[in-house]
Amino acid sequence: MVQGTSLIQSFRLQRRVIFALLMREVLTRYGRHNIGFLWLFVEPMTFTVGVTVIWTFLKTVHGADLPITVFALTGYSCVLLWRNMPARTIGAIEPNLALMFHRNVRIFDILFARLLLEAAGATMSFVILSFVFLGLEWMSPPEDILKIAGGWLMLTWFGFALGLLLGAVSEHSELVDKFWHPFSYFLFPLSGAVFLVDALPLEMQKVVAWIPVVHCVEMVRDGYFGSHFHAVYNMSYVAAVNLFLSIMALSQIRVIAKKVVPG
Amino acid sequence: MIYLENMSKTYPTRHGVRPIIENANMIIRPGEKIGILGRNGAGKSTMIRLISGAELPTAGRVVRTMSVSWPLAFGGAFQTSLTGLDNLRFISRIYGVDADAGIGFVEDFAELGIYLREPVSKYSAGMLARLAFAISMTVEFDCFLIDEVISVGDRRFHDKCHVELFQKRADRAMIFVSHDAGYIREHCQRAAVLSQGKLTVFEDLDEAYAVYDRTIS
Repeated sequence: MVQGTSLIQSFRLQRRVIFALLMREVLTRYGRHNIGFLWLFVEPMTFTVGVTVIWTFLKTVHGADLPITVFALTGYSCVLLWRNMPARTIGAIEPNLALMFHRNVRIFDILFARLLLEAAGATMSFVILSFVFLGLEWMSPPEDILKIAGGWLMLTWFGFALGLLLGAVSEHSELVDKFWHPFSYFLFPLSGAVFLVDALPLEMQKVVAWIPVVHCVEMVRDGYFGSHFHAVYNMSYVAAVNLFLSIMALSQIRVIAKKVVPG
Repeated sequence: MIYLENMSKTYPTRHGVRPIIENANMIIRPGEKIGILGRNGAGKSTMIRLISGAELPTAGRVVRTMSVSWPLAFGGAFQTSLTGLDNLRFISRIYGVDADAGIGFVEDFAELGIYLREPVSKYSAGMLARLAFAISMTVEFDCFLIDEVISVGDRRFHDKCHVELFQKRADRAMIFVSHDAGYIREHCQRAAVLSQGKLTVFEDLDEAYAVYDRTIS
């Protein structure tokens, strides 16, 4: 379009483009067959239900006297959020190069649309399963919904920032793609999904305190069943990490934008 | 108006950074028809992507004070796993126009029949060119960028393109990129030659041809 557009026009334009990419993404990923876009949250739901069932039967991990269902639901839903968001953006630019012939389709929009979809899927899965588990009386109602939302939002921000950063850097170097899978695999047992920080030995607590997702999982659980355990988290630390990652991500996108060739 | 101001573009290669376009300057006025001549690999498509804004220059800048189309090449700019219709919807959303209003025209112009609702990956080159051209006509631009699109397709397609572009949209600016001198001679008032990274603009078509012929031989 014409250069020198106002901020509001730019915002409208960006919203339009991201919406178009979102609709496109839903079609290419889920198509119009069988349940179509419902897979967006049915897929993560099956994961979480599977893990909940397995953990219930094994009665393993976690270190407190809690129903395992709520422990698994909170833990694994968080894993899906922080792990799937970057997984969707790594290498996302390449298959979308043809769309970049349209000047208003920028790298940020392509990555952002994918992240939005992924975050929406994980969030819907978490919310729907919470209601299902409540309805089945597999767990008690959450104690503080605002805390749950706070922890979840901070984790979502983390996922966005990391997803944007890795999506951009993966255009530089395919090493990102190679290392993210093993890295996220090893991070999983450390991410707070399978333990409560307070139940760990003190030395170990100091180590996991460096991992931002651990704080978010603790906060989500604090909101769910905070009166049953001592939650350990520091949201200022998470905010600082998220801010740092966001700035890194946006600057990387700027660098990549100069180099990318539509085709 | 479109202004190219000291625009340069380099690409990294295994043998270091390679300049593709060096210090290009050009002004495109409303309604003007300009041809850019260049041999294969001279950087014509890069030039058109830079003018469109799909790609960003390494140095210098492109200023647009009129709306500019995406490069109408046969093929690109589509999601091939989607149907022709879904691509129309996508592009309508991006440019903020009503997709339903364009469906009739695209059906009519592209003559794809049931294939409009099949994935673009099933299309032949000719079908793709017809779809690309039809969709681009559903969005009104002040300036159209045309990258060899008219050189594919049959006579009937050419005639229809001619009506849409040169009769119905005679008042718009157009930039044609081609290695085919005849086409540019027929439609353009001015031409530029792109050779070895240098863009030279000629007010006189014959002069442009003389220079272009020398770059070929």
